[in-house]
Parts: sequence; C-alpha cells; structure tokens
Amino acid sequence: MSAARVTSTPAVTGPRGGKAASHIVRPYGDATGDGMVQLSFTLPLPHDKRAEGAAQLFASKMGMDPAMVVHAKAMGPDFTFFVVYGPVHHLVDTRDVVIVERDYPLLPPKEVNSLIKKTLHRPLVVVGACIGTDAHTVGIDAILNIKGFAGEKGLEYYTEITVVNLGAQVSVPDLVEQARVHRADAVLVSQVVTQRDAHLHNTREMSAAFREAFPADRRPLLVVGGPRFDELATAQLGVDRIFGRGTTPGEVASYLVSALVPPATPTSTTRSSTARSTSSRPATSRKKAS
Amino acid sequence: MSRSTTEPMLDLDPATIRTARSLARKAGAPVVSMAKRHTTVSVERAVLRLAGLEGADVEGIPWVNRLVDVVREDAGLEHGVSLPVWDAMLRTGDDLLTVAQKAAAGSVTFRVPEGKDATKAAKASRAQVAAGIRRIDTSRRQRDKLIAKYGQPPAPWIYLIVATGDIYEDMPQAQAAAREGADVIAVIRSTGQSLLDYVPEGPTREGYAGTYATQANFRLMRAALDETSKELGRYVRLTNYASGLCMPEIASLAGLERLDMMLNDSMYGILFRDINPVRTFVDQRFSRQIHARAGIIINTGEDNYLTTADAVEAAHTVTVSQLLNEYFAKEAGLENWQLGLGHAFEINPDIPDSFRMELAHAMLARALFPDAPLKWMPPTKHMTGDVFRGYLLDGFFNLAGALTGQGILLVGMMTEAVVTPWLSDRDLALQNVRYVFNAAGNLREDFRPARDGYIANRARQVLGEAVDLLDRIVDDTLLNAIADGTFGLMKRPADAGRGLDGVVKKSSGYLNPATDLLEEGATR
Repeated sequence: MSAARVTSTPAVTGPRGGKAASHIVRPYGDATGDGMVQLSFTLPLPHDKRAEGAAQLFASKMGMDPAMVVHAKAMGPDFTFFVVYGPVHHLVDTRDVVIVERDYPLLPPKEVNSLIKKTLHRPLVVVGACIGTDAHTVGIDAILNIKGFAGEKGLEYYTEITVVNLGAQVSVPDLVEQARVHRADAVLVSQVVTQRDAHLHNTREMSAAFREAFPADRRPLLVVGGPRFDELATAQLGVDRIFGRGTTPGEVASYLVSALVPPATPTSTTRSSTARSTSSRPATSRKKAS
Repeated sequence: MSRSTTEPMLDLDPATIRTARSLARKAGAPVVSMAKRHTTVSVERAVLRLAGLEGADVEGIPWVNRLVDVVREDAGLEHGVSLPVWDAMLRTGDDLLTVAQKAAAGSVTFRVPEGKDATKAAKASRAQVAAGIRRIDTSRRQRDKLIAKYGQPPAPWIYLIVATGDIYEDMPQAQAAAREGADVIAVIRSTGQSLLDYVPEGPTREGYAGTYATQANFRLMRAALDETSKELGRYVRLTNYASGLCMPEIASLAGLERLDMMLNDSMYGILFRDINPVRTFVDQRFSRQIHARAGIIINTGEDNYLTTADAVEAAHTVTVSQLLNEYFAKEAGLENWQLGLGHAFEINPDIPDSFRMELAHAMLARALFPDAPLKWMPPTKHMTGDVFRGYLLDGFFNLAGALTGQGILLVGMMTEAVVTPWLSDRDLALQNVRYVFNAAGNLREDFRPARDGYIANRARQVLGEAVDLLDRIVDDTLLNAIADGTFGLMKRPADAGRGLDGVVKKSSGYLNPATDLLEEGATR
C-alpha cells in the first residue's frame, strides 16, 4: 500500500491539515498518525510469563507493533486478563465505507409519540397475534409487551400507540375481525414455527384474507416477523413489511410511523443513518425476570 | 441480617411512616380477601406437586396439568382438585401417578365426593400433601444446618447471574462465579417461560437468553453449589424466579429442592407480562405462603418500574410498591428477614445531583424497612456501549450500596446492554465491588445527611408522594388503580390478561390441604 507512507505528515491526514482534509485515516492516540489502539482480552491460560508472551504475540498478530502488555491479571487458576496498548499501521479510506441506509428514520419513543399526536390526532392502533397453530409468542411479546427486547421497551410503552395483543394460536378470521373491531392501523403477525413452511402458508392466507375483507385504501398495514423470513419477500407474501431476527420494538415503531403517519419529515432523522444499529445487540437485560 | 442501627440515618416522621403502612394495609386487604375466595389451575397443580406427582407424558405435558384439566372437565375446580382426585384414588386403589395417567387416557372419571367419601378423601389428600410439606421443612433444616456450619457471609451478599440456556453449562459457570466471590447465584430463566402455563420437565439444554426453571434443573444446580459451598467453606445461595403463570408450582419446587431466594413480586406479572390481576394475586399469595414455610428470601421487582418510568418522577411508586409487597408478604407469613424488597440505581446520570438523589431514595428504603435485607439493583437504563462510563456508574452504585447498608447487591456489569457478561466483565465487576466496599469500609457509621439538607428533604418528599398515592389507591381500590395505569403507566383491568381462564371461584366445600397445612403451621 503506497498510501501508507503518511505516518507523520499532518498536512496529509490531520483534521485541520493542508489544502483538503484527507480521506485516509488511522487511529489517533495523542499525535496524528500514531495509530495507537487499546485492546483487552482474556486467554485461557494461567497467569505466568508464558501467558504474557502469548498475549503479546496475539496482539502482534492483530497488527499492533510493538504490542505493549500493560496489564495482566489472573482470573482464577485457568484464565488471564490482559490490557494491551500499541500502534497499528493499517489505514482506512473513508470513501470505501459502505453505510447501509435503512429506508425509514429510527426515532426515539418520545418522537414517535409526538409525531402520532401531531399528525394523526389520535392513538395509532396496532393489533398483534401469532396465527395458525403457532404458540410461540416470544417474538410478538418482545415487540409488544412493555418489557420489550434488547433494552428497548415494547410498543405498549408508547403512550400514543394502542396495542391489542391477541396472543397465540389466533385464527385468520378472528384476526381480521379483531382488526376491524379495533380499527387497526397496523396488524403485526409473528411466526416462529417453520415446519413444512407453515410460516409462509399462514402469512399468505392472512394477507389474502385482509385483501378480501378490506378495500385497498382501508386495509391495515400488514407486518410480519419471525426468525426465518426473507426480509425481501414482501411481494410474494402480500405483506407491507417483513422483519427478521433481532428486530427491536423501536425499529418496528419507527417503521409504523414512517409508513402510517403522513410526511412532514421529522427533524432528527439524521441520527438514524449512522447510529449504531441496535438490532445487532443481543438481549442483555440480565437482571430481570423472564 | 438485622440492619437496625441505634441512630436512624434519616429523620423521618414516625407518624407518616405509620400512615403509609396502614394505607398499604387498607389497599391490600380487599385484594387478599379476593385472593382467598379464588383458586387457580396453578395453585391446584402445586398441591399435586407437593403430593409428589412428577413427570410428563410423551408430549412433555406434565401429569399435574393433565390431571387438573380432566378434573376440571369432570367435576369443576371450585371444590379444589384434592377431593375429586383422592376420591378417585380411594375408589380405584391406584396411586397418584396412575390416576393421572388414567385420567389422561380417559379411563377414570372424577366426581366431588360427599359425606363419608369426602371425609376419607380429605384425610388421604392431607396425609399425602403433608409429606411434601415435611420435605420442604427438611430442606429448610438442611439449609439452616449448612449455614450454621459455614457461617453467614457479611452483608451485602454479592449476587451474580448465570444464564447459558444449558443447565450443564450453567453449573460450572455458577461454581466459577461462587469461587470468584458470589454469595448468591441466580439462574435467569428462558425468555417467555413466565407465559407458559406449565412447568417444563427434566434437565434442559436449550433456552433462549436463559435456562428453563424445572425441578430437575433446580436439583442439579443446588447439588453443584452444595459441592462448591463445601469446597469454599461458605454457603452459596441459589435463586430463581417465581413469577409468571406458574408461581405456586415453581415456589413449591423451589421449597422442595432447597432454593434459597426467589424473585417474587406482587404485581410484576400483571404490569410487565399482562397476566390477569386476579390470577396473579391468588398465585402470589400461595407462592408466598410456600416461601414463608421454606425459609426462602423473596426478591421483589421494583427496579422494573424505573426502567419504564422516570426514576425521579416515579420514585414514590417504588416506595408504594415496596409497602404493598411488604403487606402482602407479611400477610402470607413471611418475616422481615425474608423481604428482599427491590430498588434500583436508575436515575439519569446526566441530571445534577443524581447521586444525592440516589442516596436519598436508597436511604428512604433503608429507613422504612430497617430489618429487611433489601435488594439493590445496578444501573441498566442508562448503561450504554461506553463501558468505561458504565464502570464508573457501577462504582457509584456500589458506593451508594455501601453508604446505605444494602443487604443483597446485584453486581452491575459494565457490558450491560452490550453482551451477556464475559468472564472478564464479571471479574472486573467484582474488583469494583471489592474496591468500593474495602475503601469505604464502615463509612456508613460517619455518614449522617444534614437534617434539613437535600438528601433528607428529598427522602421526605418521596415518602409524602407515596402516602398521597396510597391514599388515592385506597379510594380507588388497588385493582382499579392497576386498571387505570397507576403503576409503570400500564393499564391492566381485572377482567383481562393472560391466565384469566385458569381462575376459579371457590365453593363453600373447597378443600386445599396444602393451604390448610401452611396456615396451621402443621406437619401432618
């Protein structure tokens, strides 16, 4: 990499450098281009000189050169914890960064509520269910119950969203009827069981029933979720949106608002595109009851 | 773990405290009498479990579920399950398991016996359920013996969590956590177990974000920790969850298998799991009677309010819930030392004086419940991917715990909201706890907030708001207050929610030998 020869020329890589700020960067410790990073990890080794050497070797292999093992501590007889500092020589061209844009802004609950209040002038009604023989309410409950998922509260927490959770094993005719009774803006269906493609059959049956029961402009938004769906298969299944594994309530709420509440694009949408995707977080509200 | 000190840290008006307690009693009493008038499928299944009915059919449906369902179909549940079941056993000469299997196969029908038959069935059921109660008594004595042998760990007890989903992975992890210093191990349940209307059977190796609570898993984990207790010369306590649709059964299994602490909140299931309020209060009362008998310490769930509502604005709802939990617990026979009333360090760290306010809230709980251990829960709501800031927050959480004499300290992890704790996270978290408690030492002795200072005033304010809210609850009735969304902003009407179809009004001929034995304190 010829572009790598920029280590100590602030004019090229510095934030205030030269003619144009460079797109080529590396980590910054206390001087431009020093490439300093910190790293901590555990090795399954008892703490001794060999373990420290192994830690240094490991960090070197990760590209830290020289790797400084600044801290090593035994954790029980079989493990050692390390903190390592050192420079790396890798460079990143910010023009190579690919950002996956979601097609709706991720909004905090407060903003979802105020958007609904301001533009819809009434609560947004969501009817949720597990349809067919599926008794796995884990998914729908994670999205709807106030307890929520991945540190985010479920839709029940949103003051401007009215949630009707019908629970498990709801028949499609019942679901259509309940959607009508509650004047649902959106219907959320969770499907976990995939034996003989049950999730696909059930979803198609559901979307067909809604199309038959409602005129196109009055039909509630149809949203389906589950770990085995292809998020791109909306057209084949006749639904408006498919959510896959790891979807959080905040994503669903944000989508519903963007799909159901007329434009007047909110101001704070800038957070969404670069914000760390919350969906990559595992569920870790550890101290709570299940 | 008596925490009474000669000099109270907060100068609270004793009359206001008395008012708060009497309002909690007024709010709770109608709920208790409602609970006494009802039974649930889970209460009845718990009776069968105490009588020794274990196992499940080929589909994994426990025999207790099969049997209760058939009895309900044949004879109704308003008389309880005991009279029809033991009547059938006496008529057929079969044992309990055989009757359950025959019931599932449809080859036995149940009736509500009358006259001499009823007397005989009542006597037989009491004798068999009493054997289960005596097993609980034996477990309690065994715990007392082990604690007498090893001694009680100093407060606060360090509470650590394991949750791999596989009981055989959990055991070595729990043993490692105990060696690292945990006094209490909690095994988190698989997501959604609280909504199952049955208790899964056998050892389990698959769970989602937790491990199923089963009798076999309880037994395996208790044995593993007994081994480690012996190795360490320190009794390591085991915790699980008596919440959800099967509170009475899980409480019974915990008592039988010598669990030491159980999460058991009077309203958590209603508010956070949308379980029917009547179902919850009936199940809760029975489960707490079992906990009382078993010498189990309950942990209540007030921390949950603060994850949904604002920790400053909703501070008084925590106090109200603690007072209600205390009332329901005492009514069910629990003693002060068994009340791990919950509270949490969840105030937004960006607001000024947040730590002073945390101290005020924590000291208020300490002052209101001087003889309860109190369960102190670490920050979660304001924990972010910034693990360094999280480590500092956990340090302040620990300091507040040291300054306010908390009994049970759930150790905060800097990787909360990032990953399930790594080995190193746990080690760092324990270093944090040890440093703070070692450095602060008995700072609590010297720490007396100014009488009219910020902390004392804030505590008085929260107590005042709690009294006002309790006043409104008494006027409105607790069930209506829950229906109106008074707690955690959730509206939960008494005629809705999960598990309602499992609630049955008792007839005048209702019999429950377990409740009788528990309320009489009898062993036979």
